[in-house]
Amino acid sequence: MLPGWSLIWRSVIDNHESQNPPPLALRMTGISKRFGPVQALSDVTLTVRPGTVHALVGENGAGKSTLMKILAGVYQPDAGDIEIHGRREVFANPAAALEAGVSMIYQELDLAEHLTVAENIFLGAEPRGALPCMVGHGKMAAQAQELARQYSFDIRPSAAVEDLATGDCQIVEILKALRRKASILVMDEPTSSLSESEARRLFEVVRRLRSQGLAIIYISHRLEEIVDLADEVSVLRDGRLVHSEPASAMDIPKIVHHMVGRELTDFFPSRSAQIGDVLVQVTGLASDAGIENVGFEVRRGEIVGMAGLVGAGRTEVARAIFGVDKKRAGVVTLEGRELRIASPADAIRNGIAFLTEDRKRTGLCLELACSWNITLPSLEQIGFRPFIKPGRESRIAADVGSRMSVKWSSPRAPASSLSGGNQQKLLIARWLLADSKFLIFDEPTRGIDVGAKAEVYLLLNRLAEEGKGILFISSELPELFGVADRILVMRRGRLVGNLVTKETTPEEVMHLAAVEEKT
Amino acid sequence: MNRFIRQLLPFGTLILLIAALSALEPDTFLTAENFFNVLSRSSVNGIIAMGMTAVIISGGIDLSVGSMMAVSGMVAGLIMTKDGSIVPTPVLMWVGTLAGLATGLACGLLNGALITKLNLPPFIVTLGTMSAFRGISYVMNDGMMFDVPTYTFLGQSTVASIPVNVLIFLAIALLGFFILRYTPLGRYTYAIGSNRQAAYHAGVNVNRNLLIIYTLTGLFVGLAAMIATSRTVSAQPTAGLSLELDIIAAVVIGGASLTGGRGTVIGTIIGTLLISFLRNGLTLLGISTNIQLVVIGAIIIGAVAIDQMARAKAVESR
Repeated sequence: MLPGWSLIWRSVIDNHESQNPPPLALRMTGISKRFGPVQALSDVTLTVRPGTVHALVGENGAGKSTLMKILAGVYQPDAGDIEIHGRREVFANPAAALEAGVSMIYQELDLAEHLTVAENIFLGAEPRGALPCMVGHGKMAAQAQELARQYSFDIRPSAAVEDLATGDCQIVEILKALRRKASILVMDEPTSSLSESEARRLFEVVRRLRSQGLAIIYISHRLEEIVDLADEVSVLRDGRLVHSEPASAMDIPKIVHHMVGRELTDFFPSRSAQIGDVLVQVTGLASDAGIENVGFEVRRGEIVGMAGLVGAGRTEVARAIFGVDKKRAGVVTLEGRELRIASPADAIRNGIAFLTEDRKRTGLCLELACSWNITLPSLEQIGFRPFIKPGRESRIAADVGSRMSVKWSSPRAPASSLSGGNQQKLLIARWLLADSKFLIFDEPTRGIDVGAKAEVYLLLNRLAEEGKGILFISSELPELFGVADRILVMRRGRLVGNLVTKETTPEEVMHLAAVEEKT
Repeated sequence: MNRFIRQLLPFGTLILLIAALSALEPDTFLTAENFFNVLSRSSVNGIIAMGMTAVIISGGIDLSVGSMMAVSGMVAGLIMTKDGSIVPTPVLMWVGTLAGLATGLACGLLNGALITKLNLPPFIVTLGTMSAFRGISYVMNDGMMFDVPTYTFLGQSTVASIPVNVLIFLAIALLGFFILRYTPLGRYTYAIGSNRQAAYHAGVNVNRNLLIIYTLTGLFVGLAAMIATSRTVSAQPTAGLSLELDIIAAVVIGGASLTGGRGTVIGTIIGTLLISFLRNGLTLLGISTNIQLVVIGAIIIGAVAIDQMARAKAVESR
């Protein structure tokens, strides 16, 4: 194996530190890339210094992923140069980029689940055992341990990856990159599936890697953490680099301004729904998924927020109401009538909708037509029994889709052809068509861009105005405070707070949600 | 557009094949008699393939169809020869036919129940029942066949000079087309195959739909078994040996995906006919059945390879 670039440039810095500014870890100049008719990137220039965290932000479809895939050798640019530590590189494939010290950690981690931590770290470069054809398991474990110690990670090399929490899996990915002597580390939405405490630990790790001289490109939709963590911020919009500046000179409104190219004065719509009588009453809800004695009510026209740390049981409450998890105890009434719900089909029949947090896994049938995805829960209700009339189905889907302003080439296009935000709108359109009375939205704005988020808020508002009741589960306190009338707080499977939004503060909610962690 | 071309490809190959064979063997291939012969032979596979199409679209597989066919035929044969006479009476033929259909239905129901109630993978369940059904069909008459010399209606008679079994095939194909395209059951089948969890969360009763699909497949197999019995005027315990592979091949050549969510009745019909005409043509050209196996194998791999390349291109152009 070639000597790691990290070592080479580290010595370069040591020699020149006093006289010159440190050389760039990465310089991408004039990068352009076109896919068919779409100009994904035009003339993008990005420079990253070693020992810094460089945040890359932009709405979905702005070109962040494409740019990073070019850096990782997955795509080849139509024009432009890449320099790694001052040396011009052309990456014909991902292996070449790895060799040059560029490592990517994707949002969906790609670890071999059944293998151990050490086996994952050394995958493809296993130390040899007694015979050259054998894997030296002892040697491998020792080297993994040494690597972890060197960067002070607390992880057991013999643990199976499938038993690890998501946060630890990320540590394994990072160790894998460090084993390859990575000097440039790209992290794509690393905190999207982490709990609050795991995220805090990850930030520590990122800071430590930075202090060891790595250049870190950090992609995230969570602007708070970017302001907190990054040294520099670059903003992409419509395939162009529109802004690049030290983070100290940036704040969230400024970043948002550059991302969307307009001020988001009415980011959160003003609430105008009339709150009516009680629509849904939940009492004493418990399930084997770990929730106990959860009770609350939702009125017509009311948006009830639900806060809590990851693992506090928020999704489990939704699953128990919707019939995905079996209820152990508890009663759910809708319009004063006690509901008997044993499956999602029962819940939907009774007018309950559940927009799940994982739209790829439990939401969409990706290869099926958009229109099919919209009508799926309503096929039998909207008069398609016994037969589906395709023409009428397309019209209905097109109509509800345009009300949701879903951008598609045609209702017949597969759902996979839509961007994340549009996929989410497609799923909301589904429940709009099902004409549900009570809608549960679980993290509806996760992983979608700022513009689409604002549209989702507006839609929540509109649904409330129509007299529907909404339970809005979110991990982002600002949006709970911007949208909800009341905020429920979950902690360890129990409801620990039921607050009127106007009379509380984010600090109080956070305290209720996390108080046990603090003591 | 791309999708359209992809679907046309097997059809184009079929037309090309027929044209080539017509040119090479005008006297033997290009006759109504030969065409009806090929279609008649396709009917058994084709009818079963309609069920298999739904099963594969739902993300499952049914390996037991060949054995199921043998059992269904054997039950019918057992009943038809029950009175000990060599020539079965019309009443016994009727009862036997219904019993054969019922056997197929029951076998399919058993597969479906094991898959949904015990939550087992379809591959494992049907691998098991493939072996069990075959064993039962051997046990029923000590490994020997039942002769039913006058049971000719389903397999050998014609209506307006079209073989009855071809008409039945046509009817089942229309039924399959209609179910998959125009009923909630069909739509749910696609949804389950595409993303079972998502379908469940959208209120689809996944288990009930799977049960129906496997049971319907069993019924189709029972029908095919009666046609096969009638074609050979005998119920054989070795009927349908490795038939499941031919049928899965036809469905896959027709554009279905073994990971589910994709497939059409029309594609499957084309896949079935492609294999039948190829067999027929190669036989007429004097090429041995052993070589035919090699050619069919190559076509399966080729069809899927072309399909994959087209999909990869479609994804990239996005």
